[in-house]
Amino acid sequence: MSTVANDWVDVGSLDAIPQRGARVVKTPLGCVAVFRTHEDRVFALDNACPHKKGPLAEGIVHGNSVTCPLHNWVFDLETGQAQGADQGQVATYPARVDDGRIWLEASFLQLRAAE
Amino acid sequence: MKKLVVIGAGMASGRVLEHLFEADPAAYDVTLFNAEPRGNYNRIMLSPVLSGEKSFEEIVTHDDDWYAQNNVTCRFGEAVTGIDRDRKVVIGANGEVEYDKLVIATGSAPFIIPVPGKDLPGVVAFRDLDDVDKMKEAAGGRGRAVVIGGGLLGLEAAAALRLQGMDVTVLHLMGHLMERQLDESAGFLLRRDLENRGIEVKCQASTAEILGTDKVEGVKLTDDTVIPADLVVMAVGIRPETTIAKAAGVEVGRGIQVDAQMLTSDPDILSVGECVEFNGQLFGLVAPLYDQAKVVAATLTEYKTEFVPKELSTKLKVTGCDLFSAGDFADGEGREDIVFRDPARGIYKRLVIEDNKVIGAVFYGDTADSNWFFGLIKDGTDISEMRETLIFGPGFQGGATADPMAAVAALPLDAEICGCNGVSKGQIVEAIQGGATDLAAIKAVTKASASCGTCTGLVEQVLGVTLGDDFVIPAAQSMCGCTDLTHEEVRRLIKSQELKSMAAVHQELGWKTSCGCHVCRPALNFYLLADWPVEYQDDPQSRFINERKHANIQKDGTYSVVPRMWGGMTTPDELRAIADAAEKYNVPTVHVTGGQRIDLLGVKGEDLPDIWADLNKAGMVSGHAYAKGLRTVKTCVGKDHCRFGTQDSTGLGIKLEKKLWGSWSPHKVKLAVSGCPRNCAEATCKDIGVVCVDSGYQIGVGGAAGMDVKETERLADVASEQEAIDLATAFMQLYRENAKYLDRPYKWIAKVGLDWVKERIVDDLDERRALIERFELSQSIYQKDPWAEHVAEIADTYKPLADFQLEAAE
Ligand code: SRM
Ligand SMILES: Cc1cc2nc3c(=O)[nH]c(=O)nc-3n(C[C@H](O)[C@H](O)[C@H](O)COP(=O)(O)OP(=O)(O)OC[C@H]3O[C@@H](n4cnc5c(N)ncnc54)[C@H](O)[C@@H]3O)c2cc1C
Ligand code: SF4
Ligand code: FES
Repeated sequence: MSTVANDWVDVGSLDAIPQRGARVVKTPLGCVAVFRTHEDRVFALDNACPHKKGPLAEGIVHGNSVTCPLHNWVFDLETGQAQGADQGQVATYPARVDDGRIWLEASFLQLRAAE
Repeated sequence: MKKLVVIGAGMASGRVLEHLFEADPAAYDVTLFNAEPRGNYNRIMLSPVLSGEKSFEEIVTHDDDWYAQNNVTCRFGEAVTGIDRDRKVVIGANGEVEYDKLVIATGSAPFIIPVPGKDLPGVVAFRDLDDVDKMKEAAGGRGRAVVIGGGLLGLEAAAALRLQGMDVTVLHLMGHLMERQLDESAGFLLRRDLENRGIEVKCQASTAEILGTDKVEGVKLTDDTVIPADLVVMAVGIRPETTIAKAAGVEVGRGIQVDAQMLTSDPDILSVGECVEFNGQLFGLVAPLYDQAKVVAATLTEYKTEFVPKELSTKLKVTGCDLFSAGDFADGEGREDIVFRDPARGIYKRLVIEDNKVIGAVFYGDTADSNWFFGLIKDGTDISEMRETLIFGPGFQGGATADPMAAVAALPLDAEICGCNGVSKGQIVEAIQGGATDLAAIKAVTKASASCGTCTGLVEQVLGVTLGDDFVIPAAQSMCGCTDLTHEEVRRLIKSQELKSMAAVHQELGWKTSCGCHVCRPALNFYLLADWPVEYQDDPQSRFINERKHANIQKDGTYSVVPRMWGGMTTPDELRAIADAAEKYNVPTVHVTGGQRIDLLGVKGEDLPDIWADLNKAGMVSGHAYAKGLRTVKTCVGKDHCRFGTQDSTGLGIKLEKKLWGSWSPHKVKLAVSGCPRNCAEATCKDIGVVCVDSGYQIGVGGAAGMDVKETERLADVASEQEAIDLATAFMQLYRENAKYLDRPYKWIAKVGLDWVKERIVDDLDERRALIERFELSQSIYQKDPWAEHVAEIADTYKPLADFQLEAAE
């Protein structure tokens, strides 16, 4: 299903994620949420809200942000930073799209494994 | 003299030759092959030739004289079939030619989607003059054309065929037109302009088959819609034409790979135009090809220079559709939008700013300043000084902000403002001009806002727009930061302006953001689907997770699953199926809910489609325990068993639930039916509650027992079960059509008054019937078990995109 090329891992096709949506990628240390914005930018973040571990992949994606499904904290997808009055940050990982496929950096998997 | 052979007489190679002869007319003896039986012409002007606005002669760029003057040996109508790099010869149908240097300029080939019927006569691409001739012939100026592809080319073809007098339908796979160049708002305006000139546009339309026996007769979509057609134009995209290069062993990726000198992997072969790939990039517009052509001529005359790709901009050559897009307009960190909308003039402008520079722009309706903005993008100009007024263009002095009343100012005079009393904007303006200069006076004169009152804000805005500074509008709570309008105003405007898509609302009501936020999107999604069940397509991405995944999210990210138990009744088989499912999917908690049914809590997201499939098999459907929609209908055992029961309360409860389930509403809706005034089903604290009595049914509405405890108010007493069902249905629809998102019925009734509700559904039988009909129309689309639909169609999306747990464990 997934192939490893250089430092980047192909995790699936861009079409598999709806615009303004997300899917998760499972790793030994928990899930990573892969988001697709309405303009086809792709971001990868830990799938756990710093507030009470809400699964961010299930939130509403708007512009360049996601709203946590549990208590509506809003996070910037690129920095992982909570917006507005809320304090907190989610870890982010390099992600890119090439030829309709989504790639995550392989080292992030190892990094997560080593933590 | 050295010999130069050029394959392809297109727009790129034409420029190459011009520059070459300018630099050194004596450098090469040139042979020019072209598969088309003609020399170079201005391909981008084919649309005006198709529409009849121009003749082919007018768009020829290099005629016979020009080729003769420059001693070019023309081999037109002759496709090159091979290149022998060892012998350095090019092989044409009529013989070989030797070369010292070779330029491959074969352009692109149109992409033809591989569906049955694609080879039928009457199916054409849009690439060269022959295609144009075929279209003109097939059409003869009459009949029906279907254009597949809503990009630049497809839309030019559609507009041209329309000018020729054909009925034209554009089919586009994506959600909005020209999605690569335009955002949704601009795409909406473009679509509206095309529709205004009589072109039908279908988005999210995927072609399954082209129908016909000896010639094309129609197009069938994957949803089985059939569109009759005498002509089908495929304009879905292009692919670099690399066949002969590849066969000759020149390095080819997606296109023929070239370096900055436009040299291919063979130092004697250059390539230029749409057939090349440079640094992973392909080119489909003439501006970069012209830059490449200069470099090719330089390289051929041994002068070293470099091709550097520049920012590109797009315009559409359809008169009356003024659009412009350039640069990168995706949202991003540190990027900011400046959005300007003028609904009255159909203008939308969006600039994307990063580090005080404009990096992208999308304009629709007013592109006068586009070159100036394009300059800012290309030059990376620092705009911090002019930021405030930037969006107004170079001629602007002094500041102005977007007008919060623009949406109302833009309304046509016949737009209905007060739905209850059918009062239009024009009538209100007239009253104001006749001296009614405050709300009370308007109410007295026109009756606007005198009934349910939800249009009060709009009436005040009409006052404001008409009287100017003389009228101060009381501040009202806007929907969210994206707009100054309230929920009620937005609902009213969606109806009166017939706004049928999210993009239409954003543009026509002057949304301040490009795509809304988590507060307005779920509300708009509901308003649109409630008001236009047929035309609007539900947007799952604008729904809260519970409604998107049809299960209630729990604090640990698992879900609850609640199947329907009609009227609180169940059977041993259902209970067995629930028990089996609970065991099979390791459900940690099984709870009997306050709504007379069973909740399976703690189900993993990935297991949802499987557990649903099992419950579906036992005949159960979703209980919508997650929904702003019909939840439960509680009943008591009624007269079948209870010694006090007066009517069949259980039976009526089941009928009501079967009628109303699956419908979406502003907030959740709960019902109950009790068999007598002892009220064991707690019907007097439900959104709709029926208490059975000897003489019939007492129907109450507006109850609740949540954060506020409210007793129902009596809507009516009726004698028959059918009347009870009709009233409940009509009430549900009235609530769906009028209430603010997230107002339970009791809150909504407090705003409009119970009398207003009664007038419509108790007293006015026609209105009652019309409401029921509209509800039934909506149910014909929305009363489907979402579990079964998701199991059948998108079960995969519940799984992780990829799973590295196993790999790492190995
Ligand atoms: C499951 C259930 C509790 C139970 O185990 O019995 C329940 C569970 C929840 N209720 Fe409830 N309510 C349940 C019956 C009730 C009842 C009793 C009833 O329906 O007879 C009430 C009071 C009656 C009423 O609604 O007026 C009730 C009043 C609320 C309210 C307050 C509503 C209000 O208007 O004030 C909320 C909050 C909301 O909806 O915004 C709420 C919200 C919730 C939510 C959906 C909170 C949330 O958003 O996650 C809970 C979801 C738990 C879950 O994951 O399943 N629940 N909730 C009951 C499901 C009934 C069903 O079969 O569908
Ligand atoms: C209807 C239409 C409208 C357009 N509008 C615009 C616009 O508004 N703005 C813009 O920037 N761009 C526009 N374009 C795109 C633009 O026309 C192309 O980018 C440009 O023509 C590409 O030039 P080229 O020389 O690479 O290829 P072409 O112009 O396609 O020339 C390639 C030539 O090579 C010939 N050929 C191919 N294979 C062989 C072979 N084996 N042997 C011999 N000859 C061969 C072909 O017959 C063709 O004549 C439009 C295109 C079309 C079709
Ligand atoms: S009462 Fe509160 S805690 Fe209990 S189910 Fe309802 S919302 Fe949840
Ligand atoms: S867990 Fe995300 S906002 Fe509470």
